Amino acid sequence: MPGRARLPSPKRSRDVGTASPQSRFGFAQAGFAFTMLAFGYAFLYLPIALVIVYSFNESRLVTVWAGFSTKWWSALFANEAMLGAAWLSLRIALVSATVAAVIGLAAGYALARVPRFFGRTLFGSLVIAPMVMPEVVMGISMLLLFVGSDRLMGWPIRGFLTIAIAHITFSIAFVAVVVQARLADFDRSLEEAAMDLGATPWTTFRTITLPLIAPAVGSGWLLAFTLSLDDLILTQFVAGAQSETLPMRVYSSVRLGVDPQINALATIIMVVAACALIFSGWLTRRKA
Amino acid sequence: MRLVIALPYLWLATFFLLPFALVLAIAFGVNNPDAVPPVDLGVSLKNFRLLFTDDLYLAAWLGSLRIAAASTVLCLLLGYPMAYAIARARPGLRPLLLMAVILPFWTSFLIRVYAWMGLLASNGILNQFLRATGLVDNPGTILGTEWAVHLGIVYAYLPFMVLPVYAALEKLDTSLLEAAADLGASPLVAFLTVTLPQSLPGILAGCLLVFIPAVGEFVIPDLLGGTGTLMIGKVLWDEFFLNSDWPLASAVAICLLVLLVGPIALFQRQQAKNLERQ
Repeated sequence: MPGRARLPSPKRSRDVGTASPQSRFGFAQAGFAFTMLAFGYAFLYLPIALVIVYSFNESRLVTVWAGFSTKWWSALFANEAMLGAAWLSLRIALVSATVAAVIGLAAGYALARVPRFFGRTLFGSLVIAPMVMPEVVMGISMLLLFVGSDRLMGWPIRGFLTIAIAHITFSIAFVAVVVQARLADFDRSLEEAAMDLGATPWTTFRTITLPLIAPAVGSGWLLAFTLSLDDLILTQFVAGAQSETLPMRVYSSVRLGVDPQINALATIIMVVAACALIFSGWLTRRKA
Repeated sequence: MRLVIALPYLWLATFFLLPFALVLAIAFGVNNPDAVPPVDLGVSLKNFRLLFTDDLYLAAWLGSLRIAAASTVLCLLLGYPMAYAIARARPGLRPLLLMAVILPFWTSFLIRVYAWMGLLASNGILNQFLRATGLVDNPGTILGTEWAVHLGIVYAYLPFMVLPVYAALEKLDTSLLEAAADLGASPLVAFLTVTLPQSLPGILAGCLLVFIPAVGEFVIPDLLGGTGTLMIGKVLWDEFFLNSDWPLASAVAICLLVLLVGPIALFQRQQAKNLERQ
């Protein structure tokens, strides 16, 4: 039948449609977008690359390349104040990420699984608000709380504890959001089956829900850990006179100008962060 | 089950909600350098009156809003095409491309801002490059100007723009674009009438995620801006740490909060809507 050949079969017409979206929907547009993407990556990584390169500079000036040297690295590892600050930051981050993971898990679970309770709207706002609250506002308000409670009860003394409490408070939101999103898109029938078979809510949570959302809790923990390690503003308000975390140390050094020791420290932070991210990406891919 | 709700509820009420009541109480007090803490409680509007009549504070409010708004627009102009390109890339490549955008976010914020200090200084790497290539003979110093602050904000908050825009573009139904093309729409028209409207929720979320923290930003104007760069977060910091004027700093905090309550509520409503859609 000659007429039939002229009619495209449904399959062929779909092939034409999906073969190459770019070819039909604007080479120019896609070209522009990919150019901007390349520019964006250069913009994101060039400053970081320069920081790393200049950590090996012989000269103290970051503007003059005076030859290769590792002297700033030795200076960094001999810098007692910097190492002490790093150790304090690590301990605070471990404690606050762990507590924030537990409280954030509870908050995320309540938001995703308990449809009605007293003050739920307020609860939802309280959980999310710290994510977008300006840090200077949160910092001054928490400091006033600690000062007030110190005046009334002689507790808490500003330092490790107050910094950890502040970090926990703003990290809860990040864990809760990740957990809630994960709970929102998984199949509830498993939980319901367990309940039908007579499992208590707690047993169901422990044996069914928790293993399923563990990756979300894990990435929430990692996020809380990173945020705690990195926080300057909130910490500066609540730290008191005795404690100095790593960002506080870096800030007081950086305000005086560029310092190659900070470049060396920055290099370590970048490498650790890159490794952690690649490792977690590899973990999730392996699971998938 | 009650504990699951009570634990985060009590924690946030104690350490997040209660402190705001204290800030409000202190904001109506008066500075007293001899007391410990340096505050006399009372009901005085002195601090708020100062904030709205003194030229310095007015300039800081306007400066914060202007810088945050301009930086948000710049962020969108760079972030949107990036998100668009990632959403159009081969599906296998997308996680990698996204990861490359997020990676800097996992490194220290302070250090990312610091990275620009060496680049933008008067004898910095950028100016050396401009002189060496002969592009500009006598480049001015960018460090210490408002431009440096814009640059810093775009650099620090770019991932917050790219991610929500990408999330919106990824969900875009490409058959709509095919339909538009079949009906004779040019690529540009198809983009303006199909892609752009469909990605508006992502644009809104991204802009709010950049604008809200940028208004109260302290580190970037402090390290990259100059004495002429007035932003409200820095004013609060200086009143508190340099002048030890706790009541005035509290009043600044309250005003900043009132200013941002609209955008924050908008963001929360959008988050809630997104979660329901899932």
